[in-house]
Amino acid sequence: MGSIRFENAGKTYGSGPGAFQALQNVTLDVTEKEFVAIVGPSGCGKTTCLRMVAGFEPVSSGRVMVNGQDVVAPGPDRAVVFQQFALFPWKTVAENIEFGLRNKGLPKGERKSLVEGALQLMGLESHASAFPHQLSGGMQQRVAIARAYVLDPAVLLMDEPFGALDAQTRVVMQEELVRLARVQPRTVLFITHGVEEAVYLADRVAIMTKRPGRIKEVVDVRAIREAEKWDDLERIEDVMDTESFIHLRTHIWKSLREEKGASK
Amino acid sequence: MQNLSLSPGRATALALISLALFLAFWFVIPASGLVSEQFLPGPVAVVERVVQLISQPFAGATLPEHLLSSLGRFLGGFLLAALIGVPLGLMMGWFPTMDAIAAPLLDGLRFIAPIAWVPFAALWFGTGIGGPIMIIFAGAFPPCVINAWQGARCVDIRLIEAAKMLGTSNFGMITRVIMPASIPSIIAGLRISAGLGWQSLVGAELIVASTGVGFMMVQAQANIAASTVVAGMVSIGLVGLIIDILLRRLERAVTQGKQA
Repeated sequence: MGSIRFENAGKTYGSGPGAFQALQNVTLDVTEKEFVAIVGPSGCGKTTCLRMVAGFEPVSSGRVMVNGQDVVAPGPDRAVVFQQFALFPWKTVAENIEFGLRNKGLPKGERKSLVEGALQLMGLESHASAFPHQLSGGMQQRVAIARAYVLDPAVLLMDEPFGALDAQTRVVMQEELVRLARVQPRTVLFITHGVEEAVYLADRVAIMTKRPGRIKEVVDVRAIREAEKWDDLERIEDVMDTESFIHLRTHIWKSLREEKGASK
Repeated sequence: MQNLSLSPGRATALALISLALFLAFWFVIPASGLVSEQFLPGPVAVVERVVQLISQPFAGATLPEHLLSSLGRFLGGFLLAALIGVPLGLMMGWFPTMDAIAAPLLDGLRFIAPIAWVPFAALWFGTGIGGPIMIIFAGAFPPCVINAWQGARCVDIRLIEAAKMLGTSNFGMITRVIMPASIPSIIAGLRISAGLGWQSLVGAELIVASTGVGFMMVQAQANIAASTVVAGMVSIGLVGLIIDILLRRLERAVTQGKQA
């Protein structure tokens, strides 16, 4: 089980006249096995939202909860996939995936079978003993996703995970993630500035205002995806060609555009 | 940084020229009679003396025996410094409280030259094995701590966050993240530490100890055997160079291995 709740969550850096308000009254619910993407203009604090759930930054006001419990510190129930992968360069692919399992104190045999399962899930079997720097960016991010998935976390936090990848690799990874979401559905909070990516991947898309960021609108994609049977289409470009997709994308674009205009 | 770099051949040629000039200078000064051979023996006399000392004992032992005894002390003090200094530095880099407690002490202590500890070393640990080891320790310890500390402070914050979200304990953080990430810095520190330790050792043996190259040199000085003193200097230089080359190899092997 896994749910995330932002309740009037705010974040201010510093104090006094030099204080910097990054987030203001963010309220959002992510329910069990739901995939929610947050989009927003750059600098709006969307990554800060994720970092508060991860436990990397405390909230300044309001609450951030996972499974009804206030977040106090980072932990393996909230696995993070970072934009810059953050793999341990001195460890092999398999050792990177095993890292969190060792912290859990699982016996060796169990760890081994879990790592093998994760390698297989992400198509990494032939790279198990490679070091991160020997892999392409896309492969490194697969390792990072496997490292997060193998922990069986309550929620999966993805911070612009495909932002550092080239366009072709990104498309492959997006399709892969949709496949994963169907095979092993999870509660996912996904941060991105890519509107198409958000509409393609998410059940709901939360749109943020410019700084100090708050959620201005939540768009339900899932109802339309299911009604229009996007899942029957094999490729991302086929989904992106449908009228329903274009309509949603344009709607979110316009909403974001207002924010960008307002910041000038 | 300079933007001109020498070709390897040219660099070697320049190094050889510089070495040759030095030897020529060394040769000419005593040979010309400017300084008496007794006060500055020429290179030929020193090489002869080194060869002699390899088989003939001086001050109770041959040169290799003196060197071996010095090396044993050096290893003792150096390993002790590394075994205590590196973990201490890593912990100071990870725990702010540890840093606050230890940093002011270390900052003061490291300016005291190892040789200044000689009276206490002799008093506390005697002039046998303990005293010299303490002096080497005093020389070799600071770079071990400082480099491990600096390595720990510079670990990529993203790796630390990744380890945190993977549920890593404080102990695991030090042994499985901070230490492996700091290896290049730690090894650079060990290199400096070995150099300083070897230097302080000879200083220590000049005063305490009854064997070792330093001891041999003091005895030679008392007997006005200048060529033996210089023979000792040359062997100290050569052994120091060998230690440094070995550690540099290790450094290169590690930094080239698994860097992203």
